Amino acid sequence: MPKVKSLHEAIATDVQDGMSVAMGCGLESLIPFAASYEIIRQRKTDLTLICPISDMQFDQLIGAGCVKKLIASWVGNVAAGLGHNYRRAAEAGIPRPIEIEEHSNFTIGLGLQAAASGLPFLPTKTVKGSDFANGEQFKRVNCPFTGEELLAVRAIRPDVAILHVQRADNEGNAHVWGNFGVTREAALAANKVILTCEEIVDHEVILSDPNRTLIPGFVVSSVVHEPFGAHPSPTQGYSRRDDDFYFEYHKATRTREDFEQWLQKYVHGVKDHRSFLSLLGSERIAKLTPRGNLFSPAVSFNY
Amino acid sequence: MATELAYNTAELVCISSARLLEDGKVVFAGAGLPLLAAILAQKTHARTLTILFEGGVIGPFIEPGKLPPSTNEQRCATRANMVLPTTDVLLLQQRGYVDYGFLGGAQVDQYGNINSSCIGDWNKPAVRLPGTGGGNDIASLSKVIVAMHHEKRRLVKRVDFVTSPGYLSGGHSRKEAGLIAGGTLKVVTHLGILGFDEAEKVMCLEALQPGATVEEVRKNTGFDLMIKKDLGESTPPTEEELRILHILDPEKRYTTPRGE
Repeated sequence: MPKVKSLHEAIATDVQDGMSVAMGCGLESLIPFAASYEIIRQRKTDLTLICPISDMQFDQLIGAGCVKKLIASWVGNVAAGLGHNYRRAAEAGIPRPIEIEEHSNFTIGLGLQAAASGLPFLPTKTVKGSDFANGEQFKRVNCPFTGEELLAVRAIRPDVAILHVQRADNEGNAHVWGNFGVTREAALAANKVILTCEEIVDHEVILSDPNRTLIPGFVVSSVVHEPFGAHPSPTQGYSRRDDDFYFEYHKATRTREDFEQWLQKYVHGVKDHRSFLSLLGSERIAKLTPRGNLFSPAVSFNY
Repeated sequence: MATELAYNTAELVCISSARLLEDGKVVFAGAGLPLLAAILAQKTHARTLTILFEGGVIGPFIEPGKLPPSTNEQRCATRANMVLPTTDVLLLQQRGYVDYGFLGGAQVDQYGNINSSCIGDWNKPAVRLPGTGGGNDIASLSKVIVAMHHEKRRLVKRVDFVTSPGYLSGGHSRKEAGLIAGGTLKVVTHLGILGFDEAEKVMCLEALQPGATVEEVRKNTGFDLMIKKDLGESTPPTEEELRILHILDPEKRYTTPRGE
């Protein structure tokens, strides 16, 4: 079955109500906003969202009513501060109450790595002593060799991981560079993987630089060509961070009514990501496109 | 009388924190003032200080005047010594490679515990804050420097929620909870440099910032603060430190004080 699909088709087939979805795994980069807008447009609901720092992506999904539970270490707007929708949901159950499983960045990474390793947990020295250490996601274990008490982090196995990457071939072999956070861990932990990518490249491009491949095609179920699919988060070599968009969102979503207007304008009011980019305008897109290249010298794979 | 140099409270906190970072060490720095202080330290007395970001970047090259508002993204990977997956960079910390972490705090208590989860009850918060990110890992595994504005509502007797552990309930409680390494080293504010009593692990005022008084510190602290017997006074920012700081942050994006 061909893996290359439209974003609409990929979300419709691979994301079902009630699923756990890992997104925003690049911390503040490579956040698949195009995909989460499509999730909102398709009115998916009862989702469990997984990631360390989602920036404002999770705030939008929470406000849109798609979310039942969060497995996360930070939810808000990195440059602008608190997430207004996250506050409304956690403080007042608006638009619906959400369940919160608190983590640190490290324990999210270890939970995903445990699942990626086929293990039920991984031990760590972090988080012990904090007030969220008593949650069900953690248990105390003793080292069988030294007796040292460690914290076991329960494996986190997402139903689906949605990841934005620079380039992939038709089979989903993906080259990723720059910051990528827990992208690899999430790809290998999840049952299904959707890639959105800046470019779909010939298989030869992947073969020419195998150390750059972060995700092997055999774990990928959908490949979507979606340039600027991480906007406003950055994609190294392809798009700069649209800092203003974060501040504008923060100001424009202080009240529930204002957020609904924002959602109507940028998500429900456009039919797909291409229309969204038209709404931003070509001038803004041009400003967010890196000028020129900053190549590293090529390496030789000859033997 | 010598001409007094003009600086604001955020610049004072930044410069005082930068001075605590020693040459040759490894520091975990977050966006904003911590990153600015770490770079200032590199440009003044700690040329070989290594900066890490939780996003995985090791040894970023930050252009003066172009400090990124978020650190775990591509601006920081454009010219850097290494980029690791996030889990791997935190494994380095668990391994013991990181000398200090640098944190801001929404609410810090007398034992150096930090709350960045919620104001009020966790189950029914008055204000839900974003959460810990990598802050807990830094506080669990490394020595921590907290840089903050000195305010009564932010320096409290007991935090509403221990997001990132300091000395928990003081004494040996941090060790007893299984946190062998690290602990809050200093809290740097615009009024003073605060450390922790050796035995009780309770916060105490070690030095006053230039011009601040003990009375002023007490008035702006939410608990009965210990004052060190041989209370010091920190050296005012030098012309050189301010000059470099202004090159690094010409628009004062990270050194505009709260409420000013």
